[in-house]
Amino acid sequence: MKELKILLVVLAFVGITYYGVEPYAHSVMHKHVEGHDFKYPDLKAAPKGNAEAGKAKVAACAGCHGIEKAGMKAPMDAMASVAAYGVNPPDLSNAGAIYDTKFLVDLMQNPTHATKTKKLAMPPSASSAQDAADIAAYLKSIAPKEVTPKEAYEAACGRCHAMRYAKWTQIGEEPKTKMNIKTGKNPDLMKFNLKVAEYQDHLAKYMGKLPPDLSIIIRARSEDYLKTFVEDPQSQLPGTAMPRVGLTKEGYEKVEAYLEQIGDSSKPKREAIGPWVIGYFVLFTLLAFGWYKSQWKGLKD
Amino acid sequence: MSNRRDFMGMALGAFTGLGALGALYAAKRTWDPLPSVKSAGFTTVDVSSAEENVLYTEMWRGKPVFVIKVAKNSTPKDGSKNAYEDKRLITIGGDKFFVAIGLCTHLGCIPSYFPEDHRFICACHGGQFDAAGEVLKAPPPSPLVIPPFKVDGKKIVLGEEGPEYKKMKAAGLVA
Amino acid sequence: MAHFDPNAKPFSNKWLNERLAVDTLKRVLSTEYWIPKNINFLWAMGMVLAVTFGLLLVSGIFLLMYYLPDTKQAFDSVNYTIMQEVGYGWLWRHIHGVAASVVFLIIYIHMFTGIYYGSYKRGRELIWISGMLLFVSFSAEAFSGYMLPWGQMSYWAGMVITNLFSLGSLELNGLVEWIRGDYVPGQAFLGRFFMLHVLLMPLIIIALIVLHFGTLRLPHVNNQDGEEIDFEAEAEKWKAGNRKEAKVIPFNPVFLSKDVFVMGVYFVIFFYLVFYNFEFAMDPVNFDPADPLKTPPHIYPEWYFLWSYEILRPFGKDAGLMWFGFAQVIFFLLPFLDRSPYVAPANRRRPFRCWFWILLIDMVALTILGKLPPEGIFTTLGTIFAYLFIALWFALPFITKMEKLVGGKK
Repeated sequence: MKELKILLVVLAFVGITYYGVEPYAHSVMHKHVEGHDFKYPDLKAAPKGNAEAGKAKVAACAGCHGIEKAGMKAPMDAMASVAAYGVNPPDLSNAGAIYDTKFLVDLMQNPTHATKTKKLAMPPSASSAQDAADIAAYLKSIAPKEVTPKEAYEAACGRCHAMRYAKWTQIGEEPKTKMNIKTGKNPDLMKFNLKVAEYQDHLAKYMGKLPPDLSIIIRARSEDYLKTFVEDPQSQLPGTAMPRVGLTKEGYEKVEAYLEQIGDSSKPKREAIGPWVIGYFVLFTLLAFGWYKSQWKGLKD
Repeated sequence: MSNRRDFMGMALGAFTGLGALGALYAAKRTWDPLPSVKSAGFTTVDVSSAEENVLYTEMWRGKPVFVIKVAKNSTPKDGSKNAYEDKRLITIGGDKFFVAIGLCTHLGCIPSYFPEDHRFICACHGGQFDAAGEVLKAPPPSPLVIPPFKVDGKKIVLGEEGPEYKKMKAAGLVA
Repeated sequence: MAHFDPNAKPFSNKWLNERLAVDTLKRVLSTEYWIPKNINFLWAMGMVLAVTFGLLLVSGIFLLMYYLPDTKQAFDSVNYTIMQEVGYGWLWRHIHGVAASVVFLIIYIHMFTGIYYGSYKRGRELIWISGMLLFVSFSAEAFSGYMLPWGQMSYWAGMVITNLFSLGSLELNGLVEWIRGDYVPGQAFLGRFFMLHVLLMPLIIIALIVLHFGTLRLPHVNNQDGEEIDFEAEAEKWKAGNRKEAKVIPFNPVFLSKDVFVMGVYFVIFFYLVFYNFEFAMDPVNFDPADPLKTPPHIYPEWYFLWSYEILRPFGKDAGLMWFGFAQVIFFLLPFLDRSPYVAPANRRRPFRCWFWILLIDMVALTILGKLPPEGIFTTLGTIFAYLFIALWFALPFITKMEKLVGGKK
């Protein structure tokens, strides 16, 4: 009985300390930001779009964007684009699968409004909401039903954010190269890295600083923070240069899955093995209790 | 009474031993080569532009690999047999190639190739091999080792066991 | 003069006894090492600490196989190579991080158990002092270890703590740069803290553990009533078969069986933390790579340093440093500041009982406040609790001088 009382006192002090130092202090340091579950309540409802009409109107985008799915090649390669605009305009093949329709319609008419940025390389490109809705419907029609987490990341984030753990750079995945064993150097890799460095140079000038590598962001920020940040960067970092990207809820979940795949790949194993190790020690404790009782029997009144 | 104590103690001891085995397994896996090391164990060599009787050195799994497009007459000056006839040579795109790990089978030094004489001479202890890697002079105990390979058109992939390699291995020709 | 029987079978018990005195060692260190019977589970904390230190050593050995102490490679060697490539690398890292934090919880429980039961007086002063030296060594080990992943917290904690050595208005910037080996924490800094963490501090800790055990030998372990036991007489009772009457038990197997049971409970909780709830030990801020051009919006030390960090905050630069230094050193002086001759649990020592609980509450309060941002009510409370800490220690000699012992055996 006495030992139980002692245990409760110890647990009470430990519990209070833990509560104060962890959940409480963190809630004070990081005020809770309410997200909107990717519903974008500030954006107007979009008119119903016609994909056939959109197919004709999408030519307006071809000045900057490629659409591989539709056989439209980007007018400039990544290096020329970044030098001209500060960033490489994305290919729109997967856009219909991951972005919110309301967002796309607003983006095409008023890019800085949709992305909540002060300036953006993309100019207003649709003259009416109907035009924008038609183009959005067309993009949706050519997009695959499902994209992989990797594809979602590369489309929505990959032109600004590198991911070294996945060998992903802003200009694409690092190619397989061979070192020249006579010189000990790898000129092909060096040329690629030089291009990446130049791209990042332009990007950093355009954004104000280089968007961080997201290899391990899944462990550097809470689940809640990442969700509300991607939904609306201004809500967590007011004044940030990062644009709101307009992902749908499912689109974000794909991106989050990829972040976890690259940044916390041991999580499935951890959660699989955990119960076994803890179970082992529960059994260990039971056996130890048996030994302890057998040793102390008859020693005390 | 003491028997029960001993039994409980032994049961606990045995269970602890089980846990220790689990921990040792995890420790063994920590020591294993990393996936990035194992996946780097393949090298592709393109021999389409290789010149005859010229030694090319590639690197595979950190070791040097000799590649020679063997000439039709590769007889050493002292009259030993013509290496072109050797069954250890690999046919790639119509030509015969000698491909082997460039480490002397005596103690691991890298032998030098003398093309005029179609022979390798190892500077460390004077061992000699012909242009198909067969031993011409002691001390090396065995021919130069042929690594696992797979022929792919005008290319050869080192590290992968292709059908030709498997045949050579079965005939005892690779080492 | 040693006597060697030529007929003794090699590696038999007799043979080993002639060469290594194995039976004597077994008696002295294990089967006839006498511990009081009148103890509770808190007495197991010492072994729990030894085992946790063992876990840190073993997990550290595997981390050491892959960690690269280079400012450009350290972060990825931990967060990519070890966490994602090495077989079970994530397990060793999680164990190492959680154990490094939990070890301090056990140290504090162990320390306060000693304070509560008066296990620092009447022959046990050196046990207390060697224990405090262990606390300081573990603190240095923890701090040096935290530098190694080279994350944002590693870098900025390194910056802030080494800045303390400028000693306020003395402005010893040269000293700070000498400690760092550079103007700011960089490669030289990482290299030397790697050396400290992997070699020097572990050696010092092991030596201090041996000393700690050595200082325990003659006074023996204390008991719940602070009773002075005649260990020789009680041991005779036990050896005569009078196990119920004897006031002592042998370390092995009786005390050990209780130890191992407590360890089992500890491991269930410990591994739950390792697998499911580890952010208190592996703070997200340190998963951002070190950036000398950007300070994180919130920097704070690990939880076990928060109470003394909080004492630094309410005062000006020089006063703060002085009281911070006071906080590090004052616990060492406990055996000499306590002027009462009584060894008894705190609940029987008036007014020491009040002193104990107020001190404990004060340290919990300082710990929590140390994590909170220095604003508004938090600053006010922090000042109050900091002054309270200082006052408690100044009051100790006076309140123990007039101490009254109540109840129980004397």
